[in-house]
Amino acid sequence: MTSAAEAPPTTWHAILRQALKDNDVRLVTYVPDNVLRPLIDGCHADPFFTTFPCAREEEAVGIVTGASMAGMRGIVMMQTSGFATLPNALASLPVAFQVPVLMVVSERGTMGEFNPGQAIVCRTMRPILDSMGIEHHTMTRLDEAAFMADRTIRQAFATRWPACLIISPLLSGARK
Amino acid sequence: MTDTTDNLHVMNRAALTKRLVGKLANREAVIGGIGNSNWDLWGADKARGENFYMLGSMGLAAPIAFGVAIAQPARRVFALEGDGSLLMQLGCLSTIAAQKPKNLAIILWDNGIYQITGGQGTPAASARTDMVAIARASGIASAAWAADEAEFDALVAKALTTDGPHLIGVKIDNEPGRNQTDRDPIRFRESFSRAMAQPV
Repeated sequence: MTSAAEAPPTTWHAILRQALKDNDVRLVTYVPDNVLRPLIDGCHADPFFTTFPCAREEEAVGIVTGASMAGMRGIVMMQTSGFATLPNALASLPVAFQVPVLMVVSERGTMGEFNPGQAIVCRTMRPILDSMGIEHHTMTRLDEAAFMADRTIRQAFATRWPACLIISPLLSGARK
Repeated sequence: MTDTTDNLHVMNRAALTKRLVGKLANREAVIGGIGNSNWDLWGADKARGENFYMLGSMGLAAPIAFGVAIAQPARRVFALEGDGSLLMQLGCLSTIAAQKPKNLAIILWDNGIYQITGGQGTPAASARTDMVAIARASGIASAAWAADEAEFDALVAKALTTDGPHLIGVKIDNEPGRNQTDRDPIRFRESFSRAMAQPV
């Protein structure tokens, strides 16, 4: 191995992808999102992952729950408005059955949002997560990203509970 | 197999669920959808660890089964789903068709009503929507109505021996579920996961 291959990843999406690999999370389901594109593209390009889009976020939660119960760890990637479609599916499936479904949400609706609908729906996200006791962390800094991602994922599996990583525009740069 | 809904024999979900479970000899996983689909699965064989009983996530039986099928390509996986439930999550048919899981079969119990909430008709029933045609148009080529019990048996045999994904549509009567599951999600998840850890 060259030293380049061993160098730690330096972008938020490469860091996240590495944290998934380190924790044997092989199934990546997503509903498309522009901010998450480099993360999704990176997963598609890496044969370690089984990566595909779903028509709806609820579907992805069902798929990852089923896979997890059958021995394959997985994650659902989506944007803020997609997360807002999930309370019933989360409460009655991975939370009720205690299945560690991981989620990555790119945060839209804050810090310069131009769409009032997105701004309002964004405010529902953390109260929904809090109401179900789903641990969530907002990733804002590159120097904390690897630690936060790895520890959040590890704790989800150790405690058998869903967890959510929120990608802040502070980290992603998001939309101009 | 039968292509139209005109000559379909109306069958009984509890009886056919028993019939299906009786044909499973290789630790096949069975995911029961919300309500009656679940309850009749429970009634068919509640001791069977490979059964999973969903609680409230209406419409997610097929996605859950699909996830199991991805994780374990050597195991055959069945989803038992009602027509009203599938109607809530039609997009999953395209998601499944796109990934082509060879080991997945969806059994659709179609009575045209939301039986558990008081028997109200579904919009699909009023519109005479053909759910099997939707599955086929979504890209699930092996989607067919079972005209009668013998054809149901033949379609299940096909799902057990050939590459999927498969969808089997069954017109059923309005009989409510005969049993109710325990409401113990942690135990259900534990026994299902334990069964999934057993080799096929």
